[in-house]
Amino acid sequence: MTPPVLPAGSFGGFVQAARRSGHLVVQPRMGMSDPYLMREGLLATRRADASTVGTITLDSYTRVGDHEAARRALAEGVPLNGYPIVAYSTATTRAVTDGIAGTGFPVQVRHGSAAPQDILEAVVAAGLTASEGGPISYCLPYSRTPIEQSVANWEASCAILARLREHGAEPHLETFGGCMMGQLAPPGLLVAISVLEALFFRQHGLRSVSLSYAQQTHPEQDEEAVTALGRIAAALLGDLDWHLVIYAYMGVYPRTPGGARLLLQEAARLAVRTGAARLIVKTSAEAHRIPTIAENVTALEAAARASEQVRPTASVQDTGIHQEALGLVQAVLDLDQDLGRALTKAFALGVLDVPYCLHPDNAGQARSYLDSAGRLHWSDTGAMPVRGTGRGVGRMTSAGLLGSLSYVQQRFDRLAVETAGLRQLTSPAPQKEYAR
Amino acid sequence: MELDNHPCPPALGPGAQGLDVVVTSVASDAHTWNLIYLQLLLEELGHRVTNLGSCVPDQLMVDECRTRRPDLIVLSTVNGHGLNDGRRVIGQLRDCAELRTTPIVIGGKLGISGAEQGSHVGELVNAGFDAVFEDSAGIVGFHEFVRALPAARRALPAGGLR
Repeated sequence: MTPPVLPAGSFGGFVQAARRSGHLVVQPRMGMSDPYLMREGLLATRRADASTVGTITLDSYTRVGDHEAARRALAEGVPLNGYPIVAYSTATTRAVTDGIAGTGFPVQVRHGSAAPQDILEAVVAAGLTASEGGPISYCLPYSRTPIEQSVANWEASCAILARLREHGAEPHLETFGGCMMGQLAPPGLLVAISVLEALFFRQHGLRSVSLSYAQQTHPEQDEEAVTALGRIAAALLGDLDWHLVIYAYMGVYPRTPGGARLLLQEAARLAVRTGAARLIVKTSAEAHRIPTIAENVTALEAAARASEQVRPTASVQDTGIHQEALGLVQAVLDLDQDLGRALTKAFALGVLDVPYCLHPDNAGQARSYLDSAGRLHWSDTGAMPVRGTGRGVGRMTSAGLLGSLSYVQQRFDRLAVETAGLRQLTSPAPQKEYAR
Repeated sequence: MELDNHPCPPALGPGAQGLDVVVTSVASDAHTWNLIYLQLLLEELGHRVTNLGSCVPDQLMVDECRTRRPDLIVLSTVNGHGLNDGRRVIGQLRDCAELRTTPIVIGGKLGISGAEQGSHVGELVNAGFDAVFEDSAGIVGFHEFVRALPAARRALPAGGLR
């Protein structure tokens, strides 16, 4: 089987074209409740000096399906943390994207819902064709919805998007599985869930997908993980259009602009070196608040510049991430012919177990930790078919958790100070001449 | 970074019982690291924690708290809707006779701009919260607030006062 021929203007086609011409596609995480601001944000993204795709991120009320609360907030003038696409009419959303979204500038709608049917109906009605998520990644960390219910919701959601093919469009869906919990999930598990969600999308009619991976705490470990993700995708998804997408670090972000910039540059390097085609950026305001449009544009352009200075290099050390991920994928596939049922069983049996995840359907036996070099390891693997590497490291304390969660923030803030100091040393300011 | 494996010093004096604490997010907030951190912190201080997790619907929060009758209810939210969600749900909690005098606090990132530091406190206290702890700096105040609670509770004779 060969991948589908992608129509012009499709999300997947745009990303593949950019990839062929050697450009990393960069994308913001942008969502405003004011339609005029949302349009302005899309325009600014399109005009940025980079190969960009647009983002409409939805607000939290829409994400949990409380469209009444979103409408009330709009009526009362309470600003939301994203664009409430269901509360607004189709005409409003079409006015937001009119003349901006389309060939040369695809727009992806990002939501975070375990029951996204009404969201995707609104997306399709507004003429948009790309979204993201997954039955696991938008259920476990972000909802209380039972996994079985989330699986049913996502089957229906895939069908809503797949229907677009009857009208000549090629819908695109991205897995969020490589971003589980944002931080502290060992890479093998992230790769496995990302692959499993892509397989789920394929089972339910999608032919253009992307597989996500969120930058974690150690550059070499991340390179190994993304390389493994690409290898497994190539082996299992050859009949689809697919690409890899990297998320700039999703955990506690550096406080200093310099630290934030260095971390984003490292994410761009990770993307290019591993052959990923797209990067979701973060801004220097991330540690403090929801960023402005201008801050987003600055981040997009900074990431694009950083990506231009890197060449793809594929030689990475093999510490066993590929084997761990493939083992998890195979163990889940062995549970049932149907992927939805297999995923549900996998969590019930603890074959998949997300560390620190509070969802009632998660086994909650698995635990992870950072070693002194910043690599993520399992301290407890629960019932998962993986080898633990750090048994006996002791119970996670609140101080230990805080230290792990802020490891990247502290490392990059420190790095920013050191870099600034080094610049001063290597190019000293003109010294005042003293009379002899 | 190695994990900190040093046991925490016992936070409660001899004879202290510890509190029953409900830690919860609000309906629209999916973040959980804040909840996990608070659970570990409170447990290290010798308290017992029921963690309701993320995206807790108002009615579920009210039902759980009425059933459990905790000594302290901690709402933690960081998605920027805290002011809006907090002032709505506190009314429902306070409407329950069982929870009228229960210490209830809220903390986290409560607005979307980051610039409104402190401006929510009065509004949320007026709405019925006993205390408001904004952003990460608020953890010091939270610590002190919790530390002050057991003494008052312990002073109560078995069965409580009328």
